[in-house]
Amino acid sequence: MDFTCRQQPKGVCAVRGDSQKVFREGKFRKPKMSRRARKDTLAFIGFTAPNFILLGVFVFWPIVYSLFLSFFKWNMIAPKKTFIGVDNYVSLFNDPVFWQITRNTLSLAVFTVLFKLGIALSLSIQLNRKPKGGSLYRAIIFSPTFTTSVAVAMVWTWIFEPTYGLFRFLFRAVGVTSPDWIHNVHWALPAVIIVLVWSGIGYDMVLFLAGLKNIPQDIYDAALVDGVTPWQNFIHITFPLLSPTTFFLTVTSFIGALKAFDIISIMTDGGPLNSSNVYVLYLYQNAFQWFKTGYASALALILFLLIMVVTLVQNRLSRRWVHY
Amino acid sequence: MVEIHRKRSPRWYLGRAGSHLILLLASLFIGIPFLWMVTTSIKSPAEVAIFPPIWWPETIRWDNFAKAWSLAPFGRFYINSIITATTGVFLEVSIAALSAYAFARIRFKYRDIMFLVMLAAMMIPSQVALIPNYVVLKHLKWINTYQGIVIPHVSSVFGAFLLRQYFLSVPAALYDAAELDGLGHFKTMVYIALPLARPVLGTLVLYLFLAKWNSYLWPLIVTNTQNMRTLPVGLAMVRTAEYAIGPEHLMAASLFVLVPPLIVYFLAQKQLIEGIAAGAVKG
Repeated sequence: MDFTCRQQPKGVCAVRGDSQKVFREGKFRKPKMSRRARKDTLAFIGFTAPNFILLGVFVFWPIVYSLFLSFFKWNMIAPKKTFIGVDNYVSLFNDPVFWQITRNTLSLAVFTVLFKLGIALSLSIQLNRKPKGGSLYRAIIFSPTFTTSVAVAMVWTWIFEPTYGLFRFLFRAVGVTSPDWIHNVHWALPAVIIVLVWSGIGYDMVLFLAGLKNIPQDIYDAALVDGVTPWQNFIHITFPLLSPTTFFLTVTSFIGALKAFDIISIMTDGGPLNSSNVYVLYLYQNAFQWFKTGYASALALILFLLIMVVTLVQNRLSRRWVHY
Repeated sequence: MVEIHRKRSPRWYLGRAGSHLILLLASLFIGIPFLWMVTTSIKSPAEVAIFPPIWWPETIRWDNFAKAWSLAPFGRFYINSIITATTGVFLEVSIAALSAYAFARIRFKYRDIMFLVMLAAMMIPSQVALIPNYVVLKHLKWINTYQGIVIPHVSSVFGAFLLRQYFLSVPAALYDAAELDGLGHFKTMVYIALPLARPVLGTLVLYLFLAKWNSYLWPLIVTNTQNMRTLPVGLAMVRTAEYAIGPEHLMAASLFVLVPPLIVYFLAQKQLIEGIAAGAVKG
């Protein structure tokens, strides 16, 4: 470790071109670890062991085991697993529901991210102008961030209720007929998106606001001297300088939306006719309602790969696109 | 710096009014579902089934809460949620602190590699691990137990990363002084590093508590009897129960679940929001 040749007193090291080794007891040997270094090594292992054991068993091992299970037919209860090769993947790609949930998941992710970020950005710009009562607005808009998703899904189900629901009332007030949101194949997914946007705006807004505060005021002052319009201000100063935040939020929100489960499972349970079904829900149904363990494992692995690709693309692109 | 004088023209006032209008609309959009939940929970069955809906009931029906409480063993759900959330937070924060201290202060040959391995775990979503974790728990005979709910989710990457940053920012002289005084690594962590990290530790504890209190998917999978269910799972089960229950009872029951995190939020609102803004909390 720290005992390389250079640090030794003269004469301890022989000239042998191998500075790692130390002349000791008549032979060239690896340097002995000092008592301190040995103590540190033990301490390090002891300190990190709980975390690494848990990560190994509950995070890394599952990827290996999922891959293994995805080649088997198994109902999770029977002692015997039947090897079926890539059959799970074949039937997955021939499963129309798989393609439907893929489409649903991606459009859910895209629209949630677009609306959530768009609204959050415009709100953060208003808040950054420091209106009176700004911290109250901020507290209210942020409040869904840490609320229980199951309870949130309950109240939204009641709001979307076709006969006595609040949405029917609001739509009638502006002279439009409200669809039967969660029982209609075309409106179930949009209903879910509305709720996801509702619960996510606050978090994105707070991060945007932190990003806005980091833009030096001098730039705006200089622009003011040059007589630029507010719109030019936004396009040429705010938006480019905010791009690290925007990029970070786009990627994390996209990945978050790929993992959506709670609200959809309570509100629509993927229905009607799988029109609002998504990856994690379909995975849950296959694994824990229909006990198609192998099939669900294949699904889990595809979700994992999808998320990894998004993360890697993020790493690549962030170097090119983002202005720091 | 030159202070540029901004004139308060009519246009300035218009812009201000616009800001307030946009923020007010957003606050209504966010706030009305909460309000609607509360007012529905105190209505009579007749007042719930009216169109157009009424905003406030004629008489407040507090007995809806008593009825909702009797729909399921909510007391038991509370105990389960409190036990699993608090032990989970305690374990996760301890594990995070130990790892963070090791990565920040203890020399080890493979430290950097291990750090990368730990960060790689962040890429693996817990949803992917549902089946393998269930199988592991079945072998451990931990299905439908508290440790089954808690243990798979107390490993820490983000918390460890965050605390490590904080430990690194503490002046090295403090650690050296502790070492001269003969403090070992564990004591240095407990008496020097952690007390200095108190602000960030507090935010981490709050955030983890809320996340664990609200979690649904894993407790849903790993519990199979009513007396082991946590509040969110219990609430979801109430809705799918055979007997018909009115929206007023469902909203009352939802409030049982929602009130504790809302109280925590409003008490620690500033700390949580500023923690997020400072990058202290992951969404």
